[in-house]
Amino acid sequence: MSDIQQAQPTAAPAITGRQLGTAAGVVAVMLLLAYLVAFDQGALSQSGMYLHELMHDGRHLLGVPCH
Amino acid sequence: MPLTGTPASRGFAQLLIRGLLAGLIAGLLAGAFAFTFGETHIDAAIAIEQAAAPPAAPGTAEEEPLVSRDGQKAGLVLATTLYGIAMGGILATAYALLRRRLHTRSDPRAVFFLAGSALVGVVLIPFLKYPPNPPAVGDPATIDQRTWSYLAALVLGLVAVWAAVVAARTQQAEWRRAAAGTTASLVVVAVAYLMLPSIDEVPATFPPSLLWDFRVVSLGVQAVLWTALGLTFGAFVTPRGTPASPARAEQTTAA
Repeated sequence: MSDIQQAQPTAAPAITGRQLGTAAGVVAVMLLLAYLVAFDQGALSQSGMYLHELMHDGRHLLGVPCH
Repeated sequence: MPLTGTPASRGFAQLLIRGLLAGLIAGLLAGAFAFTFGETHIDAAIAIEQAAAPPAAPGTAEEEPLVSRDGQKAGLVLATTLYGIAMGGILATAYALLRRRLHTRSDPRAVFFLAGSALVGVVLIPFLKYPPNPPAVGDPATIDQRTWSYLAALVLGLVAVWAAVVAARTQQAEWRRAAAGTTASLVVVAVAYLMLPSIDEVPATFPPSLLWDFRVVSLGVQAVLWTALGLTFGAFVTPRGTPASPARAEQTTAA
């Protein structure tokens, strides 16, 4: 209830109903992209270790476990 | 069917494009920071790694690396840029879904809150439990366990931020809200740190100052990324033609 009473004026679009599916799809695609950068060992990208080696320095400096 | 759809879906698409663009900018800036301050530490760590590796058997050619060191340095900026774009898309979606639940009248302030939450929950809390390691540190045999532990710390970091918000909203006075939020998140972090497995794989011979410098730069890369992402996307969602702040508006009216 308090959320409704405190609803604020905003320029942001209201996301409702079917658009929740779109939003979930967008998040899934973004997480897949982050996965390819940060965690892929070739199993998903089928690139062997090429992507892994190419992004090697980035993974270390973004702070994710690398090897 | 070009650009038809409900106003809300058009609005979400525009918001998403701005988020991806803000992520691109933030990722490039983080890449420039990482390239400038991080590569010397990576090079130094790789030199230690190679000095420790057994020499190639006589008569066999040295193994050709899959990607050259120069390729990896270019790949660094590619990695931070793609990562930035992904985080920009997630930030824009989170903003669209949560904007009306955040108790502030200011759209950019809502963005700053979300980006700040990500910096604490997704970066700082996992960082303090599992600080990142340069090459030559870490046992390849435990990479799966370390990856899952890291992801668990990341999820628990988001839980800590959520707990802070929930606890703060039970209180009225400003100082009680701050105290409740801080206490709730610290309790979640303390329990999470105790439950998550400890990892200590730094070789005794690895230079401590190099390890420290690498970790500081690594934290800096994420700080640059989320700060730039928050500020840029915050600028993108600021409605045009509205006064920057109520105080500014009064000054304008008085003048």
